[in-house]
Amino acid sequence: MTKPLLEVRDLRVTFTIRRPGAMPWTPPDPLHAVAGVDFALNPGETLGVVGESGCGKSTLARALIGLVSATGRAEWIDGTDLLGLSPRQMMARRRDIQMVFQDPLASLNPRMTVGQIIAEPLTTHHPGLDRGEVRDRVKAMMDKVGLLSNQINRYPHEFSGGQCQRIGIARALIVEPRLIVCDEPVSALDVSIQAQVINLLIRLQRELGLALIFIAHDLSVVKHVSDRVMVLYLGKVMEIASTDDLYARPQHPYTQALMSAVPVPDPQHDPRETVVPLAGDLPSPMTPPSGCVFRTRCPRAQATCAERLPALLGQDHQTACLFPGPLTAAEIARARAAEAA
Amino acid sequence: MALLAIDNLSIRFATNDGEVRAVNAVSLTIEAGETVGIVGESGSGKSQLAYAIMGLLARNGRAAGSVIFDGQDILNARPNVLNRIRAEKIAMIFQDPMTSLNPYMRVADQMAEVLVLHKGMGKRAAVAEAVRMLDAVRIPDARGRVRLYPHEFSGGMRQRVMIAMALLCRPRLLIADEPTTALDVTVQAQIMALLSDLQREFGMAMILITHDLGVVAGSCERVAVMYGGRIRETGPVGPLFRAPAHPYTQGLLHAIPRIDRTDDELAAIPGAPPNMTCPPPGCAFEPRCPCRREVCATDRPPLEGFAPGRARACFAPLADVRGHRETAAPTTPRGTGAHPPENRIVPVAAVAGAGMAATPGRLDDHD
Repeated sequence: MTKPLLEVRDLRVTFTIRRPGAMPWTPPDPLHAVAGVDFALNPGETLGVVGESGCGKSTLARALIGLVSATGRAEWIDGTDLLGLSPRQMMARRRDIQMVFQDPLASLNPRMTVGQIIAEPLTTHHPGLDRGEVRDRVKAMMDKVGLLSNQINRYPHEFSGGQCQRIGIARALIVEPRLIVCDEPVSALDVSIQAQVINLLIRLQRELGLALIFIAHDLSVVKHVSDRVMVLYLGKVMEIASTDDLYARPQHPYTQALMSAVPVPDPQHDPRETVVPLAGDLPSPMTPPSGCVFRTRCPRAQATCAERLPALLGQDHQTACLFPGPLTAAEIARARAAEAA
Repeated sequence: MALLAIDNLSIRFATNDGEVRAVNAVSLTIEAGETVGIVGESGSGKSQLAYAIMGLLARNGRAAGSVIFDGQDILNARPNVLNRIRAEKIAMIFQDPMTSLNPYMRVADQMAEVLVLHKGMGKRAAVAEAVRMLDAVRIPDARGRVRLYPHEFSGGMRQRVMIAMALLCRPRLLIADEPTTALDVTVQAQIMALLSDLQREFGMAMILITHDLGVVAGSCERVAVMYGGRIRETGPVGPLFRAPAHPYTQGLLHAIPRIDRTDDELAAIPGAPPNMTCPPPGCAFEPRCPCRREVCATDRPPLEGFAPGRARACFAPLADVRGHRETAAPTTPRGTGAHPPENRIVPVAAVAGAGMAATPGRLDDHD
């Protein structure tokens, strides 16, 4: 078995929130945005991360590249712990780990030309390169991501959303990283443009042997892009498995409910017959439920779910549930009755 | 007679960069109790269409044509006429419930205001009715929650509040502009199910504006596909999704990844939507169209019926459009005269020092 490129153990990100109207001397409350996440990422692999808003998927991404501080361990293939690096060391490490952001225009400096934007990581990490060499590499990278290299002196506002995302991808690729963390890279794009960017990412990934952490709320997009998928809920991993296995045989009740809710562009498909509704809202991460965090909305919840914390069990298909398995017709009916009430 | 008949509606905006032709000669009818989806990408004119119906266009916008609601032309009607129609006859819900609700007012007050203003109800009766409506949209503990401010609700609950508010006067038509785009999938499923239940219960018609073909397939009876400010194809949902008759509809359906299938590669539509300050002289989809002909660059295809209830705006014969999927590989679009050369094949270049092989790329759009 190959050594994983990145092995994350018990990663936690805790924010402190001051309660509104609290006295200055009362200690702030902890908010566990990521509450103990474990996974391994192999070289050249795409790991999809899905979950609803507030599940901690973006915070996880930011923790991995050192934009928020986290505890636990994230071991890089050479044995260093990314979470224990000083800011200076982390900065050097970003030669290997780059990020692509959600909002294509907002993530580009409006006062810099495309050439300057794409060159910046290169001149930061390889200060010895002469200007001609930098320019050549930038132009080659623009070609690679489908931008015209004669547009190198234009500014971001002169490009459309899809092209801005290509600029963001070029900026991430220019230092030849081994891992790119993509945080909702296509959710701001129109359907027809989204497909172009997805195809580009997949092609580049195969060509360059990149590993991707692909964060998205769109389960169809994640299915299309990923080799393996991790499902998060309230900062915890619910299920992680190979894409085919997860989508064909989801074991966790939450994964099943989430997948059932995805709209299918086929009028034959009746959402009323397929959707497993989730009762209520996402609980506050300030006061997560005891035991299994999903139990308050789970159609299968039992008394023990409130007492015992389910561990992430399994070999290739891991599930954090005391009672994993496909939902039965009776459980689905119970979920619908609870939602209607 | 149709509940709402839009005829030859055009919307123009005067901007510093010239006139933007957001909507061009759109005709559409909505029958009582019917759900019609309007699908399109950003800039296709789908939202402006709704704003024009409601008299909500921005100040630099001008609408021409006619919009007959229940026998009365309401396009560009005077504010006092529109105010009677809005909320009482036609209500609208928006994408972002947080910015559409007044953050300074308790939910009880802003909901009661609608009834006091339109129905002349007393405050106490109006609040009681608001609580009943919040119950109807399945907000738990409506009686207690009506005293809260909008920010104290979650996104899904806020959208429910907005739906309840829109339904207070029992409108005959509800216009929903991307009602679930800001919501998570599980909440989206709840809101869509709620909307179709309420629609049946109140017997109202609905126009659902969205970019999500999945949402349309799950809840609409008819659909109109817009591109570049015009309707490209319209028809009942079943046949339209099964056998799309316009290259754009077909392209859209093939460009989205699907959870219920495994697809090898997404067939992306090359290029980008047109710039509506200088729309191409012919069909706006022509530069991106795999079935384009000579005539497409110069003439505009009219929207013509070709089967019961179905119409399309395309010069290519139906057999060509349908047959294209199986035979042709995706083509590279060409630029039009109105734009800078926008789409062309980038030659394979030698990559100096990068240590990576270059591949042909495609420039995706104009700038």
